[in-house]
Amino acid sequence: MSIQETNQLLRFTTAGSVDDGKSTLIGRLLYDSKSIFEDQIEAVKTSSEKKGFDYVDLSLLTDGLKSEREQGITIDVAYRYFATPKRKFIIADTPGHIQYTRNMVTGASTANLAIILIDARKGLLEQTFRHSFIASLLKIPHVIVCVNKMDLVDYDEEVYQKIIKSYKDFASKMEIKDIHFVPISALNGDNVVDRSTNMKWYEGPTLLYLLENVHIASDFNHIDCRFPVQMVIRPHTHEHQDFRGYAGRIEGGIFKPGDEVKVLPTGFTSKIKSIELDGKPIEEAFSPMSVTMTLEDELDISRGDMLVRPNNMPSVSQDINVMICWMSTKPLAGRTKLLLKHTTQECQVMVKEILYRVNVNTLHREEGVEQIGMNDIARISIRSSKPLFFDSYRKNRQTGSIILIDPNTNETVAAGMVI
Amino acid sequence: MTQYYLSHLEELEAEAIFVIREVVSQFEKPALLFSGGKDSIVLAHLSRKAFYPSRIPFPLIHIDTGHNFPETIAFRDELVKELGVQLIVGSVQKSIDDGKVREETGANASRNALQTVTLLDTLEEYKIDAAMGGARRDEEKARAKERFFSHRDEFGQWDPKNQRPELWNLFNGKKHMGEHFRVFPISNWTEMDVWQYIQSQDIALPSLYFSHQRDCVVRDGVILAKSDFVQLKPNEEIKNLTVRYRTCGDMPITGAVESEADDLDKIIAEVATTRTTERGTRADDKRGETAMEDRKKSGYF
Ligand SMILES: Nc1nc2c(ncn2[C@@H]2O[C@H](COP(=O)(O)OP(=O)(O)O)[C@@H](O)[C@H]2O)c(=O)[nH]1
Repeated sequence: MSIQETNQLLRFTTAGSVDDGKSTLIGRLLYDSKSIFEDQIEAVKTSSEKKGFDYVDLSLLTDGLKSEREQGITIDVAYRYFATPKRKFIIADTPGHIQYTRNMVTGASTANLAIILIDARKGLLEQTFRHSFIASLLKIPHVIVCVNKMDLVDYDEEVYQKIIKSYKDFASKMEIKDIHFVPISALNGDNVVDRSTNMKWYEGPTLLYLLENVHIASDFNHIDCRFPVQMVIRPHTHEHQDFRGYAGRIEGGIFKPGDEVKVLPTGFTSKIKSIELDGKPIEEAFSPMSVTMTLEDELDISRGDMLVRPNNMPSVSQDINVMICWMSTKPLAGRTKLLLKHTTQECQVMVKEILYRVNVNTLHREEGVEQIGMNDIARISIRSSKPLFFDSYRKNRQTGSIILIDPNTNETVAAGMVI
Repeated sequence: MTQYYLSHLEELEAEAIFVIREVVSQFEKPALLFSGGKDSIVLAHLSRKAFYPSRIPFPLIHIDTGHNFPETIAFRDELVKELGVQLIVGSVQKSIDDGKVREETGANASRNALQTVTLLDTLEEYKIDAAMGGARRDEEKARAKERFFSHRDEFGQWDPKNQRPELWNLFNGKKHMGEHFRVFPISNWTEMDVWQYIQSQDIALPSLYFSHQRDCVVRDGVILAKSDFVQLKPNEEIKNLTVRYRTCGDMPITGAVESEADDLDKIIAEVATTRTTERGTRADDKRGETAMEDRKKSGYF
């Protein structure tokens, strides 16, 4: 088997409010796809019996750490893995509770797809709105809305149709490219992996079928060439005396040897001499490949610089507008100094102004706010100590994203999307 | 038309290389924790790729419990020579001799818990500020929430509630004096991914991983190799079994599995149908459902 000859990787996140059945659904996917080991199942069976359940509580499979178990809540993002013959899956499991926004933003930042769960008995809740908003804010390319617990509403088509109609109504206000709907029972497995015999009226695909077949090849930007330099490789050995390679990951577009490139911030141009990894040449490099490039000319290039095509430039500026999710218990006020990380760049920034806060439940803009707190979503303007080379987050999720760091505590305090 | 997408192994490889390069860029004195197991061997391979044609710009650290399989040590020395990389060995025996730790006694005695002290001392001695390891999130419940960049306080401890959120691929390696990071570049790999990668890259492994004949003792369902470090209990007997290892830890606590798989194809076929986790073969994890988490908090991982 060669490294190419395998499946694609799909990263997805799950959202829903407490008790909508997220853990059960993930447990079901892992179990039905046979990704659970016997010793794990044994442990879960024992715990289920101890708790006096007459069924195996699959949600226990995704249970968290001891301290959290003691508190009976899950406070973070956990990653799960499963595979089918078609695809490999990475689940960012972000359980719902107070700190939810922060966790979901974290899980969503790397996801190709979000599953949003709705309890069929309850219909749309405030949280459903919030989860969908975050999915659209983080530009998760695909969303699957699962109407769960269909067994508790007698697998009634009308209940399902009503829910998806009202969902479509409010989703039309958001930017979600690709939405699918599936009626399921996570507990019994209907339409999760196997087609339900209880809902003959539903003719669409099962959840797993969607996960396996959703088109993700174009989730990366393959148009605008962006290569942030991560480090310079200079072996200084006899054999590779003059080798000067630029190591990094392609964050957009397709690069080929012979292409003309422009270096930011210096503005010098050169041609790509070679693209390689481990000494093996690469004909075409695209996102998210990690490569080493060499150029025809000897230029002064270091970490944080970016190689682009001369006729397709990113924005270059020290003033940027970002939507942020604030992640720290210490609130943010205007005129605060923070550190910023963007691609392979790092610099100081000054938060100039909080433009408005978004009410995540109504999408209303709240202007004139003095400070923003944990889990708030807000639009702010910042000024950086040196020019940044960026695209809008809509255009490129890698070159359009930043994090902010508190220079005193070193904590990551915000996730930001360039507007 | 060319399809511009990567296979899952290519994507995982690209991600790991990105993380390794990020470590070298963000830290002053990184190192790779080399256990001799397949995961750290894969990590060494990825590191070579990341910096080629330069040499790997950080040392390998091996914590030698004195209870290692001889095959592991031989393999380690061979690999270090081939990569031309510095090797640092932290010795648990020395920690015992220096009176820093006390050896456990009894039939189930293990040096596993003692490793933590030796490891932290070694990191301090060499002023290592980022120690990369081959741990994966699929291995165990406590690991499912681990970050790529895992922050440790000045005592080397891990606070599960106080981990930084990790967004996109923007890794925050900022720290105060005396603190350090553990970094796990292959966090997102599963056991199957590791085996498939080893096969696709033709990576050499210690012979322990392949089926062989060995004198063993079966204790509490765990197959342990006969060695000077395993004392037989009265009702136990030595049996010659056809076994292989799924992980390479210490001889007294690493369980073998009965297996005929003597090449990678057979191992991958076996992994695909195996119904227990790798850690299910480790006697030390059976000490309690949260054994791993407890050791982790104290700085082992
Ligand atoms: N009847 C029924 N109960 C379900 C279904 N899915 C989940 N549950 C139950 O709903 C409760 C909450 O589920 P859990 O997965 O823990 O929810 P989470 O908080 O979203 O992770 C548990 O008692 C589950 O057994 C379903 O499809 N049908």
